[in-house]
Amino acid sequence: MIRRLFIANRGEIALRITTTARRLGITTILGASEADRDSLPARMADEVVVVGPAPSSASYLAIERVVGAAVAAKADAIHPGYGFLSENADFARAIAVAGIRFVGPTVASLEAMGDKLMARRVGVEAGLPVVPGGEAEDAAQARERAKETGYPLLLKAVSGGGGRGMKRVDDPSQLDGQIDMAMAEAQAAFGDPRVYVERYIGRGRHVEVQVLGDGARAIHLGTRDCSIQRRFQKLVEEAPAPLIPDDKHRAITDAAVRLTEHLHYRGAGTVEFLVDAETFDFYFLEMNARIQVEHPVTEAVTGVDLIEQQLLLADGQPLGIGQAEVRIAGHAIEVRINAEDWRADFRPSPGRLATAAWPAGPGIRIDSHMAAGGVVQPFYDSLLGKLIVRGDSRGEAVTRLASALNALRIEGVETTAGLHRLIAADPRFVAGGVDTRFFEGLTHG
Amino acid sequence: MSGELPLTPEDVAEIVAILDGSGYANFEIRTARFGLKIARSGEAWTQEWDHAAAVSPDIASAAPAAAPAAPKADTPGEAQEGQADEGVAVLPPLPGTFYRAPQPGAPSFVEVGDMVGPETVVGIVETMKLMNPVHAGASGRIAAILVDNATLIDADAVLMRIVPEPA
Repeated sequence: MIRRLFIANRGEIALRITTTARRLGITTILGASEADRDSLPARMADEVVVVGPAPSSASYLAIERVVGAAVAAKADAIHPGYGFLSENADFARAIAVAGIRFVGPTVASLEAMGDKLMARRVGVEAGLPVVPGGEAEDAAQARERAKETGYPLLLKAVSGGGGRGMKRVDDPSQLDGQIDMAMAEAQAAFGDPRVYVERYIGRGRHVEVQVLGDGARAIHLGTRDCSIQRRFQKLVEEAPAPLIPDDKHRAITDAAVRLTEHLHYRGAGTVEFLVDAETFDFYFLEMNARIQVEHPVTEAVTGVDLIEQQLLLADGQPLGIGQAEVRIAGHAIEVRINAEDWRADFRPSPGRLATAAWPAGPGIRIDSHMAAGGVVQPFYDSLLGKLIVRGDSRGEAVTRLASALNALRIEGVETTAGLHRLIAADPRFVAGGVDTRFFEGLTHG
Repeated sequence: MSGELPLTPEDVAEIVAILDGSGYANFEIRTARFGLKIARSGEAWTQEWDHAAAVSPDIASAAPAAAPAAPKADTPGEAQEGQADEGVAVLPPLPGTFYRAPQPGAPSFVEVGDMVGPETVVGIVETMKLMNPVHAGASGRIAAILVDNATLIDADAVLMRIVPEPA
């Protein structure tokens, strides 16, 4: 059994992992940067080790320092959270060499899914449908690929995730400029400039399936819809994906389980699909071999603690839940409250919080590391916290979301709360089942 | 020893449910470890936490002594090029890390003496993991580049100077 868990992350997810670990009687050790040594997650952890200076390249992304700190702290497992080193196969390998358990999938699964090209190949092997496209190592190759896919097209970082380095190109005249920027972002964010060129499906929905596997058997915990995005960064997530015919919904979850079993996947994962908003035809995009930012909506409708499942599976235990025991009850919606000025092109807004009055009450969950006096650092992403609401029906969840957002009051930095109030009141969102162009059609206040 | 997470979301929801059935609009509790204020806000409720009393556990350091902070732009590095005080100042769109080239090893966007227009990209600032282009903002010739590549800069740092010339 895991006794000493090293948390190689920061922010709300570090706090989230601490909460479950503590409930399970596990001692937590937080590996924090200098900038985060007085953060709320550091105060709540049992032990704190400073792994390096503020820039993530010298702390949260520094494999040797993180592994060295975990060894020195006599940790028997490392939870990587999301982002940073969570899907880094070199990191998982270094942990294994140090004799520590990785709370995540095997190195083989990370390698199969860490690269979009490999993921696509494995998806095809497992019999899943995929979108037309291919890889490009430089601008010239990207132009060749563009001739095959047509316009509009998408440029994505081969090693990427979370929308970093992802660009939509509507016509050939924009291609050269966008390729340079996409490759620069891919290089800066992932140390790999390669991009993937893919056909852009006009009215698509982003639907993903939460899966759990123990290496032999796999189950799913239903779908999430993350179609409301801006520049491929998710803004709103809900579970289950609304208004998809039952047979198509079942085909999507079946495909996700098939892929998970094909990989002999061990741990929690998310299988992402692009779903045509009109025909409900679906295409496999990629599998995220980590806990996701939006995991709480799945927890809210299933009652399953996904961090606990991760820890049990990392401990080598077989799945303790059967598919028949998974019940989806009600509807949940999560919005990300980011420190960004959404009226000024989502410009980051670092600073100190003067007020942090988060919503409270039945059916409301707040996952946040930020209280009044807390500082939003310029070094890391802008997530202040997540507001998760649950209702017995989607309508009840939407109403609860609107009322919670009206109560929320954060002062000292700009936030995206105002944008979410607009979304919650938008008739298209209230009706449900929007596609990924929702944001473009939003009437800005 | 660390601070225990004081109350679960379920605890908070129960307190709100109790308050909702009462005439009270505020609830405030302060212990040695934490403070919590629950307040009515329209038809809903808010929670405000104060963890100031929670003390970080003893902190070990696994890292070598922290690297010295990157030089700030108001003390320009040795690589300062050209005339430092003439022309129009180019400011970054945001605080962050300034880069002169799109990627390591690539040629710089601009050099001293180059002609630029207002929309010419002269650098990149990385803030919160996003790359933000720095536009020249004026037509003219780059007279000076005042900040080294990969330098942490404030929003008021003068990156370059441009001597206006008709395009």
